[in-house]
Amino acid sequence: MFRNNYDNDSVTFSPQGRIFQVEYAQEAVKQGSVVVGVVSKTHTVLAALKRNAEDLSSYQKKIIPIDSHYGVALAGLASDARVLSNFMKQQSLASRLTYDRAIPLGEITQRIGDRAQANTQNYGKRPYGVGLLIAGVDAKGPHLFEFQPSGVTQEMLACGIGARSQMARTYLERNLEQFEGAGREELIKHALRALKESLSQDKELNVDNTSVGVAGVGEDFALYEGAGVAQWLDATFENRGEGAESMEVDS
Amino acid sequence: MNHFPEAWGRPRDDVYGAYNGAHLASGMPNQHTQSPIVTGTSVVGIKFKDGVVIAADNLASYGSLARFTDVKRLHRFNSKSVLGFGGDVSDMQYLDRLLTSLDIRENYHSADDAALSAKNLHTYLSKVMYKRRSDFNPLWNHILVAGLDTEEKPFLASVDLLGTTFSSPSLATGYGAHLAQPIMRKLVPDEEAAARLGKEEAIQAIKDCMKVLFYRDARSMDRYSIAVITKEGVDLNEDVKLENQSWAFADRIRGYGTQVN
Repeated sequence: MFRNNYDNDSVTFSPQGRIFQVEYAQEAVKQGSVVVGVVSKTHTVLAALKRNAEDLSSYQKKIIPIDSHYGVALAGLASDARVLSNFMKQQSLASRLTYDRAIPLGEITQRIGDRAQANTQNYGKRPYGVGLLIAGVDAKGPHLFEFQPSGVTQEMLACGIGARSQMARTYLERNLEQFEGAGREELIKHALRALKESLSQDKELNVDNTSVGVAGVGEDFALYEGAGVAQWLDATFENRGEGAESMEVDS
Repeated sequence: MNHFPEAWGRPRDDVYGAYNGAHLASGMPNQHTQSPIVTGTSVVGIKFKDGVVIAADNLASYGSLARFTDVKRLHRFNSKSVLGFGGDVSDMQYLDRLLTSLDIRENYHSADDAALSAKNLHTYLSKVMYKRRSDFNPLWNHILVAGLDTEEKPFLASVDLLGTTFSSPSLATGYGAHLAQPIMRKLVPDEEAAARLGKEEAIQAIKDCMKVLFYRDARSMDRYSIAVITKEGVDLNEDVKLENQSWAFADRIRGYGTQVN
């Protein structure tokens, strides 16, 4: 009776001027676990909360290194992110081969933006159900870009996407002035604190569910997971309740 | 009636007669450029401590005929590089159009401070040249790329019609490889010497080379273009006259040129 007649495909506008398929795709981004990104004058950091489908399974990959100078963090459909990241890897390699140049981040962001937009304007296609944060360094220094399923891309100073990411964005807005001049370690701490803001009460950041990606001027993009993030978790949340997260060990 | 697949969609022989394919196969294989037509001669380039100097004369020859005397063979590419073209002039014009469109495309995304460097440009050109030679349809040029690399260091490299690349503190194409290279090598035998060389010395060396080339290369001319590329930008002069010529060495040579006796 009151079924929405304007959400069957991405080529039809509703009378209010909305494209529902695109809005649904943006909902898929909100279902994904939270990722945040920040930039300073010298560095850019991605931090992500990984989820595991069940206790017996591994954790879902949230940060994908693309080329030596940059990587992406994803929120939403991981399989769509794989399509996009494979495309980005190809384009980055093509740039290195034909021009001997690390692809500028603005350019690669624009290219996936154009691809995603085409999916919102062709019959029989669907928008990508994933949002990306693209972080790295190029000839013009460190950058952070946000990509949305609609094809919108923006350069950001700091950004958070995914489930409950509003809390992370609030933290980032409150501390915005400190990012520009922050050093590497300080910026990582900010990213982790922003990430923690978005966690529900019963959850904690630990070495299993936290991923960090860092790139800087003269420093390639590196992904840190597992034991690699332990030092930052300890340094950032030093007042964490002793033993609260520690495993029971038989002695 | 012939029902075999090769007859599908074709006019029936029994109705229209056998198809006359005489115009299809010439009996000869496809041929592409076998030799250049209108040509430019040498290009010379030398690195110095904060840039590169490059020069080429303004002549385009049709065989041994000095056909066009105002052809500019040095082309500026954004604010960081200059290309010098030896060889076929029409292929040079094709490459110029190709690179102009690349520059326009590039300007849509990146500001000038992240523009393609001379090194990026050289890599791109080498792929274009090698692709064309692999199609057995080469662009008949030998190109010098002069400018600054991604670290803003002086950069000089060449690429030829086969896609062969080469780099050295001084480079010359065509006759210049025989006549000018020894002069420049005496000045900059290695990178260390180039890193010490001053701008005025480098310009003088190039001017000396252009003079020797005019003396001894029968496809050369006394009007030339010279460019100096530094961090400050490209200084390109497209109408320089060869100065202080001395033909004393040719005192006894008779029978060439315009003299009567």
